[in-house]
Amino acid sequence: MKTCLVVDDSRVIRKVARRILENLQFEVSEAADGLEALNACKATMPTAILLDWNMPVMDGITFLRQLRKEEGGTEPVVVFCTTENDMSHITEALTEGASEYIMKPFDGDILEAKFSEVGLI
Amino acid sequence: MTTEDIEHLAALLKQRSGLILGTEKTYLIESRLSPVARKEGFSNVAALLTSLRTRRDEKLIYAVTDAMTTNETFFFRDKTPFDQFKSDVLPALAKARLSGDLKIWCAACSTGQEPYSLAMMMEELRPQYPRIKLDILATDISERCLEKAQAGLYTQFEVQRGLPIQMMVKHFEKVDDMWRLSSKIRQAVRFKKLNLLEDLRLVGRQDVVYCRNVLIYFDIETKRRVLEQISTLLPDDGFLFLGAAETVLGITDAFKPMPGTRGLYIKNPAASTSAMPRLRAGAA
Ligand SMILES: C[S@@+](CC[C@H](N)C(=O)[O-])C[C@H]1O[C@@H](n2cnc3c(N)ncnc32)[C@H](O)[C@@H]1O
Repeated sequence: MKTCLVVDDSRVIRKVARRILENLQFEVSEAADGLEALNACKATMPTAILLDWNMPVMDGITFLRQLRKEEGGTEPVVVFCTTENDMSHITEALTEGASEYIMKPFDGDILEAKFSEVGLI
Repeated sequence: MTTEDIEHLAALLKQRSGLILGTEKTYLIESRLSPVARKEGFSNVAALLTSLRTRRDEKLIYAVTDAMTTNETFFFRDKTPFDQFKSDVLPALAKARLSGDLKIWCAACSTGQEPYSLAMMMEELRPQYPRIKLDILATDISERCLEKAQAGLYTQFEVQRGLPIQMMVKHFEKVDDMWRLSSKIRQAVRFKKLNLLEDLRLVGRQDVVYCRNVLIYFDIETKRRVLEQISTLLPDDGFLFLGAAETVLGITDAFKPMPGTRGLYIKNPAASTSAMPRLRAGAA
């Protein structure tokens, strides 16, 4: 089964994303910040990561840079999902190796479309 | 809303845009026409409909016809019609048209996502097809949609539907809360108002026609008339794309499905003889 790690400091967003992803047949796990996410990835690399930008402790872009240095850390497909919606954030994310970028607010259609865009479904 | 009002509206819409208003559409009428009623100074939709029936106000008739169209669309909608353009249509036509000139017509382009998707895709394919020049004509009955299409300004929601992020970064810039398509891509598409119920010969010869998600609103005779007119615009090796829920089967034999594809049609040589005299007869 494909796995997706949802990284967001909002419990509500994590719940919404979980519901959508479970309907898309993903096994979902959650992390509330970048550091938690990094530890989860060190234990097992997920197939996909849905990643918020602004979070306490460690933000999304820092997490992504760290992740890519880990063993097997280039494997997960990373899709940003954030309220940051200016071009400089988007290009920075892509440069650091994100595959897609969702600007909040999002819905199931957008998430599904973006995941299928990068071949996750 | 009285039954007479609704029947009159239904007849008017069928005549003006081909739209078949099914039964049980009071909700649709109410939601689509409320803004028009408000804008034109009617107290409610019922008053608007009564006026529509008693006065012959062309401007109002047009506003109502326009408001009743369904303009749902998004970038790279359904994906396959664009993938197949890349994998089947473009290679075939690039070989067949030595001049490199290809004419594409989006026959119900709504707010422009369909023709712009093609224009952006062609940009990506440019290195493989340096000689190809696409002439993309995009038409719709709705002035409201065409205006938006020409402005090339989309909401955050719209640029996230179907548009890969790399393409968005490459071809859009952020303007306040909206996203504006580059002038290069905007200039690659010609927009024009055109009603598909009109004589379509003035559209001229085309190589590929996208007529997607519009025939579903018409009755079978209108579908047939539109499809057969399109077939006269296409050379024998031209292509037609229909929407995912649309087909020519049971409507006309002017086209046949392209084997191994869905929604892609080629002209049926067996039927071209029957379409030709009709064109000549019309031209006389
Ligand atoms: C659902 S949209 C389809 C847009 C696009 N082709 C797609 O597949 O995403 C249908 C469009 O058909 C247009 N339309 C409806 N009746 C028409 C007519 N008689 N002539 C031209 N366009 C028409 C509407 O204005 C609307 O923009």
